[in-house]
Amino acid sequence: MGLELLIFKAILVLVIFTITLTIAAYSTYGERKIAAFLQDRIGPNRAGPFGLFQPLADGGKMFLKEEIIPANASAFLFVLGPSLAMLTALMTGVVIPWGDTITFQGVEYSLQITDLNIGVLYIFGVVSFGVYGIMIGGWSSNNKFSLLGAIRASAQMISYELAMGLSIVALIMTTGTLSIKEIVDQQATWHWNILYQPLGFLIFMICAFAECNRAPFDLAECETELVGGYHTEYSSMKLGFYLFAEYINMFISSALMASLYFGGYNFPFMNSLGLDQNWVTILGTVVFFGKVFFFIFVFMWIRWTLPRFRYDQLMRLGWQSLIPLAILNILLTGIFTMREELKNWLFN
Amino acid sequence: MQLTNRSKVVSNKKMSFAEKMYLPAIVKGMAITLSHLFRKPATISYPEEKRPIAPVYRGKHVLKRDANGAENCTACGLCAVACPAEAITMTAAERKPGEEHLYREEKYAAVYEINMLRCIYCGLCEEACPKEAIFLTPELVPTYLNRSEFIYGKDKLVEPIDKRVDVTQRQKHLTEKKQ
Amino acid sequence: MVLYIFYALSVIAMACALLVVFSKNPIHSVLYLILTFFAIAGHYVLLNAQFLAVVHIIVYAGAIMVLFLFVIMLLNLNAETEPHKNTLTKIMATISGGLLMVTLAGAFRVLEKNLGQVTVQNSNVGTIENLGKVLFNDFLLPFEISSVLFLSAMIGAVILGKKQLN
Repeated sequence: MGLELLIFKAILVLVIFTITLTIAAYSTYGERKIAAFLQDRIGPNRAGPFGLFQPLADGGKMFLKEEIIPANASAFLFVLGPSLAMLTALMTGVVIPWGDTITFQGVEYSLQITDLNIGVLYIFGVVSFGVYGIMIGGWSSNNKFSLLGAIRASAQMISYELAMGLSIVALIMTTGTLSIKEIVDQQATWHWNILYQPLGFLIFMICAFAECNRAPFDLAECETELVGGYHTEYSSMKLGFYLFAEYINMFISSALMASLYFGGYNFPFMNSLGLDQNWVTILGTVVFFGKVFFFIFVFMWIRWTLPRFRYDQLMRLGWQSLIPLAILNILLTGIFTMREELKNWLFN
Repeated sequence: MQLTNRSKVVSNKKMSFAEKMYLPAIVKGMAITLSHLFRKPATISYPEEKRPIAPVYRGKHVLKRDANGAENCTACGLCAVACPAEAITMTAAERKPGEEHLYREEKYAAVYEINMLRCIYCGLCEEACPKEAIFLTPELVPTYLNRSEFIYGKDKLVEPIDKRVDVTQRQKHLTEKKQ
Repeated sequence: MVLYIFYALSVIAMACALLVVFSKNPIHSVLYLILTFFAIAGHYVLLNAQFLAVVHIIVYAGAIMVLFLFVIMLLNLNAETEPHKNTLTKIMATISGGLLMVTLAGAFRVLEKNLGQVTVQNSNVGTIENLGKVLFNDFLLPFEISSVLFLSAMIGAVILGKKQLN
């Protein structure tokens, strides 16, 4: 571990931090624009050309709003809630491989902050910790509607974490590794995992929607029918943190779907272009972000297409459909991977 | 009774397995929303773009002057009586000698106010007017930050002498309506 | 370096564990317990057992403590609603607490005798590959039996959920 590597990693962390925040900010803009286009409207177009400065205006507004802490709320936990939500949202980006290696002055640098050999589990650990931001925020507001919203949101998140984990187990059975970098490298050119795990991907995607509290699973907020959920009492940038964390989660889940199931930075014919390794890496990163943006678009597309689930429907879908389906998927994957042994065992 | 052919009979039958999966239905719904992505937006960005307005549109009122530039209104109060929203108030005054070029008849409205927040733009005032003094124009009442600004006095209602408002279309429309 | 991290984590773990017991508000107790779990997970990482650390966080901090927090939040416990304990309960609590301490002290003494013999055979024993090899070779039967137990519990949960309540 030389000094150069340390500096490179520090720069990489900063860059990814900035990119994550920028993409999250512009997702709010994209969300409103796509919603508008899907509904034959124009969307925000007043702040700057095409309304491009809208996120800045929104952010400025959030910062300038009055900060309210309810009289009987426990002030420390009230501030801790949104901070935790933001922290856990930003922590997941560490293990995602944003690109292959870049060779600079004879030294290879990986465009991944750290390649944990338990990358997938790390993400699960951080995500499962993300529930606390919501629960603490909801409870410390000292408001029964916030508390109910927090319980609704966290029950949903821990229920769907199970099915999500089971769908990932099937994926890990085919890849044989927990490191996201290795999983991506196995999908070189066009051998993407979606071809081997279509059902697993479907379950994973549905659970990702539920984990991000996005429509059609946005019971946590339900702005239109129920009180705002766990962030009812929040104002100013603390509310902004919660909303921002949601968009960061959306970005990270899109990145995760792209790298686990859609080949990450791999793209067909990447090795037959006759390009320098560095150029292939840069192209791969561009392709990776293209995939990520596509999934963010799908997130928004679904939000403006499907109506919201009722809470009992949500729980029934999670526990009675997705979990058995995920177990079935594990079974099928097991049979598929052991097909040679099974054939020998059955016919000999 | 069936009024249109578009009504649909809703049944509560049990869904088949394929329907219960919802996936085909979801894909269909997403195709519909995607098709809207490429459609022209229906928005009209109002202050820059304006919707076409009929020449006989009922908008902001105008108090007419005659050919010599004298005000037509005699403050008879029929418009205020006809107004269903009670938006019109007026105070009558007697014309003094030497003011013949200002007011057509011996009596005139010293104060004439229309509350544009109460007005429903029905046009009954112009139908009630015996002197053809008040007309509705295709011009819209703008927005203000203060409620008191919506009470239009004579300064805003009477047409300027050098900028007469053309109401011939509206006049024609009204006479056709009366026949 | 590792030693300092160890000391820092130990201090955090002990302090939070004490705060679990001493804090008046049960919600704060739960939150301190979660912090304790994190400190312990840090110890696992120091022992090169990342898999154990992450699973510890997912299972204990991420799932079990959330359910704890759920129940405590819904109960809305606070100082006023806490029932007064009578003298008998207090005496019983003291005796059982003392017994637990004696047991712990005895266990520690036995451990101390053998402490000199502990040697690190393989520093990578905690990684997921080695853990998998050990679980599926040396401890195959107990591992499979416990997995069947968990699977049946999960199926039971699904069936309970499917049951129509009339």
